[in-house]
Amino acid sequence: MPKILILLFHPFLEKSKANQMLLDSVPVSESITLRDLYEIYPNFTIDVKLEQKLLMEHDVILFQHPFYWYSCPPLMKQWIDFVLEDGWAYGKNGNFLKDKKWIQTITTGGTELAYSKEGFHGHLMEEFLLPFRRTAELCKMDYQSPFLLQGTFQLKEGEFQKESIRYRNFLLFLLGANHG
Amino acid sequence: MGEVNFFLQAMIYLTSAIIMVPIANRLGLGSVLGYLVAGIVIGPFVFGFVGTEGKDLLHFAEFGVVMMLFAIGLELELNLLWRLKFWLLGLGGLQLLLTTVFVFLFSIGFQFSWKSSLALGFILSLSSTAIVLQTLKEKGLMKSVSGQASFSILLFQDMAVIPILAIFPMLSEGEQISNDHGHSLVDHLPAYQKTIVVLFVVIGIILIGRYLLSPLFRMIAKSGSREIFTGASLLLVIAISVLMGSVGVSAALGTFLAGVVLASSEFRHELESNIEPFKGLLLGLFFLSVGASMDIPVVMSNPTKIIGIVFGIIFLKAIVLLLLGFLFKLPLDQNLYMSLALSQVGEFSFVLFGYSEGLGIFDKETIVILVACVALSMAFTPILLLLYEKTIFEALQSKLPKKQSNQTVQKEENPVIICGFGRFGNMVGRFLRSNGIGITILDYDADRVEMLGRFGFKVFFGDATRIELLESAGLEHAKVLIAALDHPEKQQELIRNVKHHYPNLNIVARAGDREEAYELKEMGLSYIYRETRETAVKLGGDVLKILGTRSFTAERAKNLFLTHDDETFHELFALRKDRVQYISLAKQRNSELERLMFVDVGKEDELELDSWSEMERM
Repeated sequence: MPKILILLFHPFLEKSKANQMLLDSVPVSESITLRDLYEIYPNFTIDVKLEQKLLMEHDVILFQHPFYWYSCPPLMKQWIDFVLEDGWAYGKNGNFLKDKKWIQTITTGGTELAYSKEGFHGHLMEEFLLPFRRTAELCKMDYQSPFLLQGTFQLKEGEFQKESIRYRNFLLFLLGANHG
Repeated sequence: MGEVNFFLQAMIYLTSAIIMVPIANRLGLGSVLGYLVAGIVIGPFVFGFVGTEGKDLLHFAEFGVVMMLFAIGLELELNLLWRLKFWLLGLGGLQLLLTTVFVFLFSIGFQFSWKSSLALGFILSLSSTAIVLQTLKEKGLMKSVSGQASFSILLFQDMAVIPILAIFPMLSEGEQISNDHGHSLVDHLPAYQKTIVVLFVVIGIILIGRYLLSPLFRMIAKSGSREIFTGASLLLVIAISVLMGSVGVSAALGTFLAGVVLASSEFRHELESNIEPFKGLLLGLFFLSVGASMDIPVVMSNPTKIIGIVFGIIFLKAIVLLLLGFLFKLPLDQNLYMSLALSQVGEFSFVLFGYSEGLGIFDKETIVILVACVALSMAFTPILLLLYEKTIFEALQSKLPKKQSNQTVQKEENPVIICGFGRFGNMVGRFLRSNGIGITILDYDADRVEMLGRFGFKVFFGDATRIELLESAGLEHAKVLIAALDHPEKQQELIRNVKHHYPNLNIVARAGDREEAYELKEMGLSYIYRETRETAVKLGGDVLKILGTRSFTAERAKNLFLTHDDETFHELFALRKDRVQYISLAKQRNSELERLMFVDVGKEDELELDSWSEMERM
């Protein structure tokens, strides 16, 4: 069974119903490690060696974060800057992340429609996520399409339940994917 | 009658020094020349205020030289010697050897016996540590190449005095006049037994210094009385002098050894600053009495002979130094400076002349002339240096590219001095040290100094409010002084002193509470840290977390609170005298803070204003 590392980056998790719901949907499994990085590094001093060790021990790296200003929250950027070192994640001999899966679970306030050519933001999510895709590629990782939970401000109780099941199945699929 | 006479004498000596030394300093000639001239003026041949006792006084004042050697010993940590070994042995050793050989050859030429010639060689090869170090310090040249070279040579000479003193009895011409101290317990012993006794005493001093003195000083320090500690420092030096005197060896040797042994102890700086004023005054007295006992008629009756000898000595010494400077590749300007600076004959010569008179190495007339020559050579040093600086040095300096040596010959040269190594200073020290910052630590708690020493901290014992102690701990080289004394009054005294003497030094200070912080701010400090503030807020943050707040939110809450508290502190500072306004503003700011923080954590609906504003410590 592939091992999944969920890296949660949310500065105000207590205020985000959508992200809490997503976390509640994560199946209980010994193959899944969940790390709440704003809780672990409240003052942004990241333990690079520990993070790298955890990355090496897992096959799927899943970043769960809200979409802030067309990008990730600052601690996740900090994490990328510090943990993905030259000579380790990329560059000469930088093969430690080779063939691991890079997946993002992203919540956006705007709806799917807002992220379209004709929509409010005028670009597809895919386009906004290009820097992450390129980062994964540089690290020789296997970039996967993100799991998107959009229009979170307008979600109703029933829809939350639906989305919860969708996320659970998504993770279960990942757990089984390499299995057979 | 005798007492009145004593005080009258003291008045004359002090008055003359107080008049002459500032004049000499103003003329750029250094204080030593001032003392010498003052001595001559009050001496029997000018005004005759003092005279007959000049020689006895000289013996007493020699104690200044003894103290100087003790202080030099204190500065001699083994690693400093190791760092300087090349120059110390090379430059210092060759200087002594070559000068001695040349003087020896000249004297033989003047029909001195070989024994007297050798003694004269040794005596004249020494230079004046007091004059040269004083000059170098006054001109800020200690760190320059010439300064370091001079320091190495002087150090070697000062150490060489000790074997020289041991050799002198062997150079005795046989017709030994009994020593005028006459207390020596070993006079009747044959030479080899004398040597054994001396050896025992020396080893005894080393052992006692190593294993007995530190615990003893620790005990004295625990009494908390500064006078007693100063007394003990003096007693140590005097006791060793007496002990050495009683076995017929120079007191200088003993105190020097004691100094070296104590150099690595935590009491080093405190001892140094305790001895310093006595040393300074006694050295001054020493030079005064040299001046007073200078036989002006003898000089006047043989002016050409004496001037010839003086300049002969200066020339010879300078040439030897210049050659060695070339050999050791000193830059020309630095080499010239060093050669001139060290060209005089040192204060030890007076001691050695006195000693050799007792041993019958020279006759009285020769000694009178030679002493006058030595004093004159000293007097000429500052004049020569002044001339050199005004002419050649400046020309060379502007031509040569500036070269700064990175080697250092100082005591403590750490950028940070921590005063007070209690619970607060300790943490700061550990933090800075773990970041590779060199720190010098001073503390007045003997137990703590000892305990920290066992943990590998280099902590010096002493009262940090004394500027001399801070200076001997290297204050002039420090960039930051951390004031972390526990007692508010001591803390303020320390800051006042340091601000007064070193207005440009960065001072960061610990304060107990808001009131203390206000007082420090009033003294013009801008870096003030209330010692419990950060910890208390951190504790509060952890309580928030225990109660379920997320780490990052708690972190924000802490930072917001601290920032707001900083702002309020400065605002309230302005109003601290007006209690009514102060309290009203404090309340207002507190409710603002509450609102701010409730909004930040999304609890604005739970806000109850004015609930705990009264709790702020006024």
